[in-house]
Amino acid sequence: MLPEFGYGIALVSFLVALYSLITAVYGATRKSTSMVESARRGMLLTFPLISISAATLIYLLVNNHFEVSFVYEVTSRSMPTYLKVTAWWGGQAGSLLFWSWLLAAFTSAVTLRKWERDFEFLPWVIAICSVTLLFFLGMVIFYENPFTRFWLVNGNVEPHMFQPALATVFTPQDGNGLNPLLRHPGMVIHPPMLYLGFVSFVIPYAFAMAALITGRTDDRWIRLTRRWSLWAWLFLSFGLVLGGRWAYDVLGWGGYWGWDPVEIAAFMPWLTGTAFLHSVMIQEKRGLLKHWNMILVILTYALVIFGTFLTRSGVLSSVHAFANSPIGPAFMIFVSSTFITSIALVIYRWPTLHGETEMKSMLSREALFLLNNLLFMSVLVICFWGVMFPLVSELFTGQKVTVGPPFYERATAPIFAALMFLMGVAPLSAWGHSTLKTLGRAMWKSALIALVVTVILFATYTQNIIALIGFFLIALVLLVTAQEFWRGTRARQRAQNENFFTSLTRLMGRNRRRYGGYIIHISMMLMAIGILGIEVFQSSTQGELAQGESLNIAEYTVKYRELASWDDQGKGVNFTRAVVDVYENGIYLGELTPRIDFYFDSQQNMTIPGNRSTFRDDLYIILVDWQPTTAMGATFKIYVNPLVNWLWIGSMLFLLGVIFAAWPDRDPAEETSRRGVTRHASQPSAAD
Amino acid sequence: MQRTKFILGGLLILAAVVYLIVSSTKASAEYFMTVDEIIAKGDVAVGQSARLSGAVIGDTVKYDSATLELTFDVAHVSGDNNQIEAQGGLAKVLAEAVNDPTRQHISVVYIGPKPDLLRGEAQAIMTGKLGSDGIFYADELLLKCPTKYQEAVPDQAEANN
Repeated sequence: MLPEFGYGIALVSFLVALYSLITAVYGATRKSTSMVESARRGMLLTFPLISISAATLIYLLVNNHFEVSFVYEVTSRSMPTYLKVTAWWGGQAGSLLFWSWLLAAFTSAVTLRKWERDFEFLPWVIAICSVTLLFFLGMVIFYENPFTRFWLVNGNVEPHMFQPALATVFTPQDGNGLNPLLRHPGMVIHPPMLYLGFVSFVIPYAFAMAALITGRTDDRWIRLTRRWSLWAWLFLSFGLVLGGRWAYDVLGWGGYWGWDPVEIAAFMPWLTGTAFLHSVMIQEKRGLLKHWNMILVILTYALVIFGTFLTRSGVLSSVHAFANSPIGPAFMIFVSSTFITSIALVIYRWPTLHGETEMKSMLSREALFLLNNLLFMSVLVICFWGVMFPLVSELFTGQKVTVGPPFYERATAPIFAALMFLMGVAPLSAWGHSTLKTLGRAMWKSALIALVVTVILFATYTQNIIALIGFFLIALVLLVTAQEFWRGTRARQRAQNENFFTSLTRLMGRNRRRYGGYIIHISMMLMAIGILGIEVFQSSTQGELAQGESLNIAEYTVKYRELASWDDQGKGVNFTRAVVDVYENGIYLGELTPRIDFYFDSQQNMTIPGNRSTFRDDLYIILVDWQPTTAMGATFKIYVNPLVNWLWIGSMLFLLGVIFAAWPDRDPAEETSRRGVTRHASQPSAAD
Repeated sequence: MQRTKFILGGLLILAAVVYLIVSSTKASAEYFMTVDEIIAKGDVAVGQSARLSGAVIGDTVKYDSATLELTFDVAHVSGDNNQIEAQGGLAKVLAEAVNDPTRQHISVVYIGPKPDLLRGEAQAIMTGKLGSDGIFYADELLLKCPTKYQEAVPDQAEANN
């Protein structure tokens, strides 16, 4: 009975969401507060309902109900309970339910806030969210039902939701088990993080649409959703980083990002989201770029749905696309119809979205922010082109042509360099007007020190021109940002007569977004150090070793000590583990244990590298193969990945930066008047 | 005046992006090919960057762990996902390809660690170049495995048929 119950509850929540949609739209057009309140209550009800449905599914997963096809596909008896719970999002049907559940949670949270003077938005926010929720619940109910069971019909096993005539339930002995690659802790939280990011971007979109529909197109919607966008961005970024870390730890190819279409699918909403976070500031401070912000939030929403579609439909061949499925056309129709409707709304409201002032100077902060946006859009266009190119070329020439990682690296590298340069310039520019002279005066010290750093690196570390350009830009941004902290703090210290640290913490506390942003810029530079390191300086060697033999790479000597192979029947895994001793310039550093896990249920290997990580480089050792008969010989592939640790250190700092920027303020002193800001435009550090 | 400047700036960026896309596409385009197509092209295909897909024949997989040289043969499978679906899904199409002696085969050489997913009846997607010796030299090897955990119907069920 449980599967019917779970399915029934999902169906009920679908109907409740439909009710909310209808009453919200009706209530808004009839100006009926009670109708809108009813829609709000309906929306609040979807969350507990979907939670019950999800809890039912989790119960089935945890208790080995293999007669349910989804449980059969993603779990097996040998899996520990926590993995059975997380198997919820290990397959398509479950992850669509997970999406719906998150969306219901966020929508409930948003409808619970005090609306007071924004009450006119409420019905439309509910309507937009319920349309999205209806789509995902519809997918669960009509296409990808996680509650389908196996039935014996005339000796054949067929999956059906409801009992066919004369059929009995068929229960397999054991399930297939989750793909071992997905059993890594990073993989357990990587999908939910990405989904959190994806789903939370629905909220700013819903407010934007509400603003367009009601015609209240000032920047109220932006102020209301600023935190949502930041949290959404945080989750999305964290999801991307976790995916990279997982690839580095598990896939055993010595890299972290492969420009796989699915990675790009998650990266594209991040690009528009990042552009959006920057450009909303221009609207808040200067009343410019209103059309642009609408378009960005619509694009982000479309890319979020598109990204879910790409990962789930198997349109593109990729390590992530686990199967082909019938949900592709439905996704395509939903994405295109919401996109066209949204753009039509923007066009309808076009006249009310005109800027309140004009951009006067090419070097003003708003112009530089606009440039930043254009650069992010350029990366987006490159990514989109790369993903769609095979489909497009097949359509027009009949020949399927694809582009690989070199395309993305080549095309995006100059743009990323330009973005880094902007990061160094924009914080020093003033709202309204800057000249080359004022910028030069603010920058020359940092630029000079960065140049000196680059020359030193040239003399001592590398002569690679790309790396040197990269290091120059990194140094420039770090110095300019540090200088901003220094200048702000000194100014405050003089004015308030405080000590340095009090000044610094108060300064940052009062301008969370500004200084959070600077922390994020610093973290991006640390990540850039890591990326440059592994992209430009990675070296590798490989070889077959007998016991006691060693391989040399860079300053390291890797000596093969022993190897053991054993079965763990309880876990259903065969472990093969090599022990190697690592020396640096003859000094013993310790042992590493690269291994291969072989999963019996899925007949699949998982290669876990042995990794020794320092600030200078990572020694990354993969056990490639072994010969149990010939005196336990083994083959290793060894990478030295210089500086890559800074990528992970940068990501941690990045998280801190975003949390700092998104943390609720004690006093809502954010409503700074726009005129006041313009008047102080000549003092950049005080402008924010 | 300012307006013109901004428009000019925008056009400049647009031109730069178009240039980056076009030149990078030209520099790194890889032609999707099936085994039949690459064999039909013959000498014309030699040296051209290609992305070849085929079904791995399990018996032919050889791995020399001293040199990390991995060799195997792949059999022709259709490059069209819809056609594969129409023929009963990837798993079935791959199994048929491997067991059908009339299919064209091509040998593949790849240097590197042996991928975890490499085994008979896996779909290999290889990026590389065809050598003049008729062997495909792959720089990159991706594998798609329609393994048990993706099957909608359990094994026990098939035994009942």
